[in-house]
Amino acid sequence: MSADVFHPAWSVLSHASLTWLTLTLLAYAAAVWLFRRAGGNPFLIPVLTTVSVVVAVLLATGTPYAVYAEGTRFLTFLVGPATVALAIPLSGQLARLKELWLPVTVALVVGSIAAIFSAVLVAWALGGSLETLISLAPKSATMPIAMPVAERFGGLPSLAAVAVAITGIVGTIMSRPLLNLLRIDDPAARGFAIGLTAHAIGMAREIQAHPTAGAFAALAMGLNSIVTALLMPFVIGLLHRAGIL
Amino acid sequence: MIYAVAALLLFQLLGECIVQVLALPLPGALVGMLLLFAGLMWRGRAPEALARTGGTLLQHLMLLLVPSVAGVMMHFGRVAREWQPFLIACVVGAAVTLVVTALTFQWMLKLRAKAGR
Repeated sequence: MSADVFHPAWSVLSHASLTWLTLTLLAYAAAVWLFRRAGGNPFLIPVLTTVSVVVAVLLATGTPYAVYAEGTRFLTFLVGPATVALAIPLSGQLARLKELWLPVTVALVVGSIAAIFSAVLVAWALGGSLETLISLAPKSATMPIAMPVAERFGGLPSLAAVAVAITGIVGTIMSRPLLNLLRIDDPAARGFAIGLTAHAIGMAREIQAHPTAGAFAALAMGLNSIVTALLMPFVIGLLHRAGIL
Repeated sequence: MIYAVAALLLFQLLGECIVQVLALPLPGALVGMLLLFAGLMWRGRAPEALARTGGTLLQHLMLLLVPSVAGVMMHFGRVAREWQPFLIACVVGAAVTLVVTALTFQWMLKLRAKAGR
């Protein structure tokens, strides 16, 4: 009898958006709390903790990913307007951009090209598959840009997201020792390099450390996402011609 | 807030239309962002309501991305097979990007200081 009573209830629960949205929000709230408690430890960035909890629950309940994706479409829909909103903090950096436009432009283009080629060539040399190489290419851009860009050229958006997260964590951890070793002491240069490499994760830490470095990290993050999306068609074409893809 | 959300959706829609019509290899939302950036540059600064709504959305951008990132569970097999090239490419890529960008920026600042003198 109990199975007859509970089965329909469970099936309603497992298919409703409400369940999956609630789970995602609760997991995220807990992840943010944990991240703050740990003093912003880059290994505990909320997106990774939240995804780990969500995937664990989906696997434990035998729920297919498609059901979860359907149930949380509302969140995914909001990524579009949020991406458009990235223009707002970027426009706040206009005065700095005008002042240092030449170093910014040159470092942006050189850094963007280095970011795409370094990851793709290393993975290629180590025998990575085609989808992996393309998913790695936009790894220094922010997630909402990197994911559709990777997908458009035949990569896997979720794999691109993981590459973005790992790059952000690793880049943030290695940034200070590496920049000190190179004797890069200008806060603008430090912030710009960290923002271009480690996007939002690096920027979040720089903003707490130094206002100029934080502003240049935000600038680099926004501009690099744009330049990565613009460069991708040429880079993919070049890699095809070189026989790498 | 309603005006701000409507404005963000409108810019995204414009971006999607431009991408479709011109067959650009770019995400529509990115083109929408560039249009909004141009608009804000022309206007001087963001209206307060837009800055507030945009700020709220961006503050929780990571939450919005959770469903898409969770899609990695569909690719566990690939990750298990290729975790080595994948991880090494991320680590080496981050180091190379950081060093190249920082050195280029520093070098450009020095060139600029020399030219200014």
